[in-house]
Amino acid sequence: MKKLALVLSIVMVLGLIPLAGCSQGGANTVLNVYNWGEYIDPTVLTDFEKETGIKVNYSLFDSNEIMYSKLQGGGSNYDVIFPSDYMIERLIKQNMLEELNYDNIPNASNLDPLYLNESYDPGNKYSLPYMWGTVGIVYNKTMVDDPVTSWDILWNEKYAKKIMMYDSSRDSIGVAMLKNGFSMNSRDTTELAAAEQSLIDQKPLLLSYSLDDSVDKMLAGEAAMCVVYSGQALMILGDEAKGADFGYCIPEEGSNVWYDGVCIPKGAKNKEAAEKFIDYLCRPEVALRNVEEICYSTPNSGAYALLDDATKENPAAYPDAQTLARCEVYADLGDFVGTYEDAWTRIKAQ
Amino acid sequence: MKGRNRWYAAPYIAWMILFTVVPMGLLLYYAFTDGNQSFSLASFQKFLDPVYIKVLGRSLWLAFLCTLICLVLGYPISYLLAHHKHGNFLSMLFILPMWMNFLLRTYAWMSLLENTGLINRLLTAIGFGQVTLLYNSGAVLLGMVYNFLPFMILPIYNSLQRMDRSLVEAAGDLGASPAAVFRRVTLPLSMPGVISGITMVFMPAVTTFVISRLLGGSQFMLFGDLIEQQFLQASNWNFGSALSVIMMVLILIGMAIVNKLGGNQSEGRTIM
Repeated sequence: MKKLALVLSIVMVLGLIPLAGCSQGGANTVLNVYNWGEYIDPTVLTDFEKETGIKVNYSLFDSNEIMYSKLQGGGSNYDVIFPSDYMIERLIKQNMLEELNYDNIPNASNLDPLYLNESYDPGNKYSLPYMWGTVGIVYNKTMVDDPVTSWDILWNEKYAKKIMMYDSSRDSIGVAMLKNGFSMNSRDTTELAAAEQSLIDQKPLLLSYSLDDSVDKMLAGEAAMCVVYSGQALMILGDEAKGADFGYCIPEEGSNVWYDGVCIPKGAKNKEAAEKFIDYLCRPEVALRNVEEICYSTPNSGAYALLDDATKENPAAYPDAQTLARCEVYADLGDFVGTYEDAWTRIKAQ
Repeated sequence: MKGRNRWYAAPYIAWMILFTVVPMGLLLYYAFTDGNQSFSLASFQKFLDPVYIKVLGRSLWLAFLCTLICLVLGYPISYLLAHHKHGNFLSMLFILPMWMNFLLRTYAWMSLLENTGLINRLLTAIGFGQVTLLYNSGAVLLGMVYNFLPFMILPIYNSLQRMDRSLVEAAGDLGASPAAVFRRVTLPLSMPGVISGITMVFMPAVTTFVISRLLGGSQFMLFGDLIEQQFLQASNWNFGSALSVIMMVLILIGMAIVNKLGGNQSEGRTIM
């Protein structure tokens, strides 16, 4: 048995050597960036690499919850992450983010104070806004002849099998909460049960719960309407061939206005390089390239000034104050998260 | 013999301990504890909710159908392959699609089955109306059969090919009709292949999660999806582990039953 132990320990030591090698910083710094899919102009990454000599290792997630699970599971070594408002709040509460050193991020001054100092991160100690947007319904005018003004249309049997929802617990439950006249941040079990029932009732009408594929699906005419983030809607509306067929609605019951921030997770190995990267993203011309690529709304006043007038005046990209006033920012649900996720599991399992 | 040779297994044992025994221990630990690390059966109690039982039932049913269809499709084709002079080459053609990534092949089915996809455009062109092919349990089943069929064909093909042909000839010489030869000789001799085909199809089918998400539009949740969701979305590792343990126990029971049946068959062979 002693020999076995020896062999085992050799195997384990050999296994650890490459890991130890990774933690060395130095000239060949590798920055691990973890972002949403289709959420950056890819040439920005290569230009950053060229300018700084830092190699960017870029990976993707498709929901805040998946990103959180990866971070929580440990073993991940991300240096820069892009969580949304409520997730930033949760990460701060759980001490999972590094404080930003603004000395290394001079370009932060380009950010519009309108989008700073939000309740999820007062004083922006841990995060800077990267993009913002709304949640709404994108619809194909050739397939929908009713006016789209309310979330109720997603429950209209006339469009059975032509409706797509977003495959995310927070957004889908949030929509059902608003339909029932409750807040998207409700922590009331009876209100949640009502929302759960609404989504279960809606299931037979759905074509699918989709993610990033909603843009392609809508443009292909697979579905008549889909719950999307505003940037996805703008991508569809901006399509040269078919964009004119589509409309985007932020329903009258209200909706979600969200901020996706850029943060550094606790224990990041290359914090300075991460700050360099964040600073790079805050440059007006870089922010502009990202906005033009992914269509979301920018919190960067420098980049906003460079936008063309059509975009600035597009209510889907920059809704008026009245519309925004009826939109809520998601708050972290704290201990109630598990209750939401259980409801979501039951909805999906039906 | 006893001295040195058994150390040859050390790398494998180390591998097993690191990547099978330790994770299994962690899984059991999470399954039988709650969020506060104290012993609890809450996760198993939670599973008793009819919604989750229904998901398990759906998974077992779809996996059963998938295995059955694979067997019905796979046995005759394996039989033909084993008796074809280019059998080896042809059976390679059956494995060929497996060289391509499994996700890619499933995505390909999506663009075939879509409302605006190839099949529907064809149907519309020849005058049939549009049919909803994607995002239902049929599409999920199709994806499963398509992806797992080679796992049924190969073991059956192998057992048929290695069969001693002189037994078939002898049975014929002794006056057995072709049907009787198949029933009394070929079928029993190919049973080990059938059994391993069934195991190799049923197990991935009952635990699959990507196929149901892509072809079912995230609406036909299978047990694999449920487990994945607990780990990745809901961050409920305790419940996810409990579900995995339940699945493992079910698979073990299933394998024991199948092996028992297989055992009887090989006894049948010795009698022959």
